[in-house]
Amino acid sequence: MTPEAPAKKQITVPVMADLAARNESPEILFWVGCAGAFDDRYKRVTRAFVRILDHVGTKYAVLGLEESCTGDPAKRAGNEFLFQMQAMTNITTLNGYGIKKIVTACPHCFNTIKNEYPALGGDYEVIHHSTYLQQLINEGKVGVTGGESFKGRRITFHDSCYLGRANNIYEAPREVLAALDADLVEMKRSRANGLCCGAGGAQMWKEPEPGKKDINIERTEEALATLSGKADALANLGGVETETAAPGAHDLQGSIIAVGCPFCMTMMSDGVKNKEQEANVQVFDLAELVASAEGINA
Amino acid sequence: MPTILRPQTFPPYLYRMLQSLLFALLLVAAFGLFIWQVRKIRANILVGRERDMSGRAAERFRKTLLVAFGQQKMFKRMTPALLHLVVYVGFLVINIEVIEIVIDGLFGNIFGFHRSLKFLGPVYDVLMATNEVLAALVIVAVAAFWWRRNSNPPLKRFTGPELRMWPKLDANIILYIEVALMLALFFMNTADLKLHAMRGEDLPGTFPVSNLLVGLLPSSEGTLHVLERLGWWIHITGILLFLNYLPSSKHFHIIMAFPNVWYSRLVPQGQFSNVESITNEVKAMMDPSFVVPPAPTAPDGSALAPTPFGAKDVDDLPWTNLLNAYSCTECGRCTSVCPANLTGKLLSPRKIIMDTRDRMEEKYNSPLIFRPNVYGAEAKHEPVTDLMEATLLRGKVTPEELWACTTCNACVESCPVNINPLESIIEMRRFLVLEESAAPNSLNVMFSNIENNGAPWAFSPSDRFNWADDLFAAEKPATTVA
Repeated sequence: MTPEAPAKKQITVPVMADLAARNESPEILFWVGCAGAFDDRYKRVTRAFVRILDHVGTKYAVLGLEESCTGDPAKRAGNEFLFQMQAMTNITTLNGYGIKKIVTACPHCFNTIKNEYPALGGDYEVIHHSTYLQQLINEGKVGVTGGESFKGRRITFHDSCYLGRANNIYEAPREVLAALDADLVEMKRSRANGLCCGAGGAQMWKEPEPGKKDINIERTEEALATLSGKADALANLGGVETETAAPGAHDLQGSIIAVGCPFCMTMMSDGVKNKEQEANVQVFDLAELVASAEGINA
Repeated sequence: MPTILRPQTFPPYLYRMLQSLLFALLLVAAFGLFIWQVRKIRANILVGRERDMSGRAAERFRKTLLVAFGQQKMFKRMTPALLHLVVYVGFLVINIEVIEIVIDGLFGNIFGFHRSLKFLGPVYDVLMATNEVLAALVIVAVAAFWWRRNSNPPLKRFTGPELRMWPKLDANIILYIEVALMLALFFMNTADLKLHAMRGEDLPGTFPVSNLLVGLLPSSEGTLHVLERLGWWIHITGILLFLNYLPSSKHFHIIMAFPNVWYSRLVPQGQFSNVESITNEVKAMMDPSFVVPPAPTAPDGSALAPTPFGAKDVDDLPWTNLLNAYSCTECGRCTSVCPANLTGKLLSPRKIIMDTRDRMEEKYNSPLIFRPNVYGAEAKHEPVTDLMEATLLRGKVTPEELWACTTCNACVESCPVNINPLESIIEMRRFLVLEESAAPNSLNVMFSNIENNGAPWAFSPSDRFNWADDLFAAEKPATTVA
């Protein structure tokens, strides 16, 4: 360790079963989700978010090994039986611990628990981590200072369908990004007009049907054109009718595509690789950006 | 009444009575036929599965006011929104004049009056002037609509495999009828104006457009009278014919948009329906003490055939999805924003809605004119020979289309009349998976991963918490609230 490196501390993530054994209850349950637990790239998001939770001193817990798939991909693929099996198993666990409030970094888990669990007996206050991060920033608990500076770096936010259109959350992620004091630009297809990354509805687990191109390539091309702001790149995005102002030309180097969903993360990262821009453009989740700006990564 | 029109052997009162009688018969016949057609379509919609859409009337009323009457969602695209607004307002306002035409037609002849709403005085002036200006604007808007559809190349969303043959013709027929109706209106007003002017009389009302056209008509009282009557009859007969054309046409949306928006879903778009029969089964599996509610029985008490999971045919869809199909005006906004369609996949949400309507009319009632929306020889699917075999799923909608959907809700968001193609897609996916076990293989792998590992990937559940190993953070005092 170099002398100037900041001191670091180990975080022991609190597990719900241990809290319950001590007769304690957390303020919020962090629902990690399968991608957050298993996908190598998204594990970094999970860890970044836990650093933030730890940093602000929230009393949180995770289910750990007791968590299981919400059933979202099964439901979207038409396997209602498997979905309800998963849902009721999870609801039994959550209700057993008397969970009231859940935060998750996955819009699919968020949508399923928030909207589809109540009819099956699971009523919780569910918030997506973009909303949670926005609250922390608004409350001043996170200052997004002291770490990496994003000033002047160009960022575009890719709306996740299950956060945006599915649940009308468009502003929270943008307000989080606005706090970074970066150069925020909007894609032509944004907010309610956002274009899917191509992974929703269980597409994540199958090959796409035959077509002209993959959806994530279409979306990545739009993101890159927006980030570079070059007229010819933007002109290729025909047929989009929105009033989003075209951004000015900008060097792609150091640009960021911000996402708030593990599947968007995979699809956009693959798209950037496909376009051979990974040296210039990085794909980050909101939590990673906040943790970096706050200087709590170790 | 000029002598030219009056057969000499006919006493004048008899001639006038005959006109009124003819008009009354026409009116009764037209509305009777329309109601007969509407009842058939209502029966088609009600073959759908039961779904309780009662309650929350205030919210529904507000939504109908905004989305249907106020055309809120049209204004996402300004150009078509303004063009459509002209035709929509024209339709509403010109219908006030239709009331006058009906009163004139029924009683004006007998009692010898004309333009029965003239007692409104200055209001009548404003009404007639507004009508004329709107009618002229409607012609302009319709011309623009025609150009958008028929120029080379047309707007992209007016193309596609589902928009050939009848649907393409239907769209143009509507535009032609609208222009014909407006021209008849001008014919009637211009002739009437000139007729009155030649007699040195003042025609009640203000007619800014017809005033400009007076010079185009001949200066013979007899001819002018014939032209005025002709315009009058063409206008009203045209409207009544158009009314009866609607049930065969995509233009039916001018009526169905309202109930469709009223009965649209009020829950977040991401919330999919839960299948209740499955809930009961799962509960029974997980809790041995759970008592499964008795299956519904037929009115006579006999057992009903069990309904399949998901939808194979139109009768398996909720009735609201069938109502959707009759509210669709095939504008293609859904398909134009569909990520699958944009990238060249077979899926087109509009086609699924159109297929649903086709199938209902194939299997159940068809409206008067002909079975609409049959694509003809060019179509992707062959003409139906076996009605029971050609179900909505596989008969019209292929699994390839259904599996291309990302459930992103772009189609749902884009529909100006709140049609939900995604629901139908999911219902058909449910049938494929739960009744036919016909999911793509990779999805079956995903299902078994969830069953065995509690995650859609083949990871060991015991590794689920490994992400928390060796987790460090930089020491930094917590930011305190300033």
